[in-house]
Amino acid sequence: MLALPCPHCGTRDEAEFQFGGEPAIRPPSAVTDTVWAEYVYMRSNEKGPHRELWCHAGGCGQWFVLTRNTATHAVLP
Amino acid sequence: MSRTPFRTRYSAASLLRQGLAGQTGWGEAWRAPAPRPRYDFVIIGGGGHGLATAYYLAKLHGANRVAVLEKGWIGGGNTGGNTTIVRSNYFFPESAALYDHALRLYEGLSQELNYNIMLSQRGVVTIAHSHHDMELMARSVNAMLINGIDVELLDAEGVHREIKIANRDPHARFPIHGGFVQRRGGIARHDAVAWGYARAADAMGVDIIQNCEVTGFRFDGARVVGVETSRGPIAAGRVGMAVSGHSGVLAAKAGFKLPIQSYALQAMVTEPVKPVLDTVILSGSTGIYCSQSDKGEMVFGAGLDLYPSYAQRGNLPVGQTIIAALLDMFPRFRTLKLLRQWAGIVDVCWDYSPLIGPSPVEGLYLNCGWGTGGFKAIPAGGWLLAHILATGQHHPISAPFDLNRFTTGRLIDEAAGAGIAH
Repeated sequence: MLALPCPHCGTRDEAEFQFGGEPAIRPPSAVTDTVWAEYVYMRSNEKGPHRELWCHAGGCGQWFVLTRNTATHAVLP
Repeated sequence: MSRTPFRTRYSAASLLRQGLAGQTGWGEAWRAPAPRPRYDFVIIGGGGHGLATAYYLAKLHGANRVAVLEKGWIGGGNTGGNTTIVRSNYFFPESAALYDHALRLYEGLSQELNYNIMLSQRGVVTIAHSHHDMELMARSVNAMLINGIDVELLDAEGVHREIKIANRDPHARFPIHGGFVQRRGGIARHDAVAWGYARAADAMGVDIIQNCEVTGFRFDGARVVGVETSRGPIAAGRVGMAVSGHSGVLAAKAGFKLPIQSYALQAMVTEPVKPVLDTVILSGSTGIYCSQSDKGEMVFGAGLDLYPSYAQRGNLPVGQTIIAALLDMFPRFRTLKLLRQWAGIVDVCWDYSPLIGPSPVEGLYLNCGWGTGGFKAIPAGGWLLAHILATGQHHPISAPFDLNRFTTGRLIDEAAGAGIAH
């Protein structure tokens, strides 16, 4: 069971949260298919420290960015 | 098909001879060679897909300098940790062609490999829980029939005829409304698939090198010309990669990204009991799939832990959901003790279909992204990667599964079509 730090509500159980993917910046719409596919589909999918978006969906609804070690599940500062 | 020159051919006669000799004369099933400095083909990953690739390279394409590099022991990853279900009941024609190719190869595999993979075509029954489930299922079944897959729609009584111990309570949280069956589906002995391919590949001269981790790639300009390993550099004409839940890690070493996210998928077994379940059951609504092993254990699993993980352990909330889903369908399993619970890391593409074909880097080829269903596809995955490595060209079955589908937008979206809730 993960215990994740919601910036608004504090540390809560993982059941209250929804994973939201890797943060990315949307490119302008007039780009090549390759650039668009890179943005929409390609992921770093790191083993180890991994920057990711989470939403406290079952709580305050706050979105936040977290760095978490995907090999150990430890939440990193 | 020519016979593979095994050192010891397994047969009733050899079993009898060894029985009388106290089982003391069995030779090694495969060698433990030191890596050579150069191979024509290097396959990264000694699971089912990697070993099958090596086998078909040697068997069908006459390759004789092939190595399989495995960081642990062969079949020790997801090949040894899955729930052993084989089926080809897929919605899209591309998927049906791929998975039915695998199932057809499985059907002849024990004979071909001279190794009993204990394929048991006991049928796979997928359950519908409501009128709406049933309407969608009828549509899927029609699509599968058009794809040439042997499936039959069942009403509720039909399901109860297939599964005698399923919950008949109409007030169950997920009551049984109907379903469909693929009778050629079933289970196979997962370890035997890896060991059978390994033994047959080894007999044709493939070097299976265990405890040999690939730590990087060697480049000549932009082309991959070999790998760095924990046992030194190895040059290669072409490199194939079949590493299940570690594709992203290897892709990063080669300098590209994949449309893949890695998740933990849990599985569990109960204590062994006498035979009560003689088919495989699946439910799309609860995600549960369950069969009884030859040892008598209930082998089951369901959905993914829905955040990226390489930790090879499942979380408790999903574990509870899986067990609840099983007990809803089989209330009598409440008295069973859970024997083991584990999780493997699975690489899931956005459309829940695999990646087969060239990587963005010349000289490196992919067989990955099988998500939660790699075991059933082992013979086809190996057969197709061998074809691509040997010829440099796609086979018609593998072409739709090329990485370029994420740029062209021609996805093969089996997220719902595959009939499992994730």
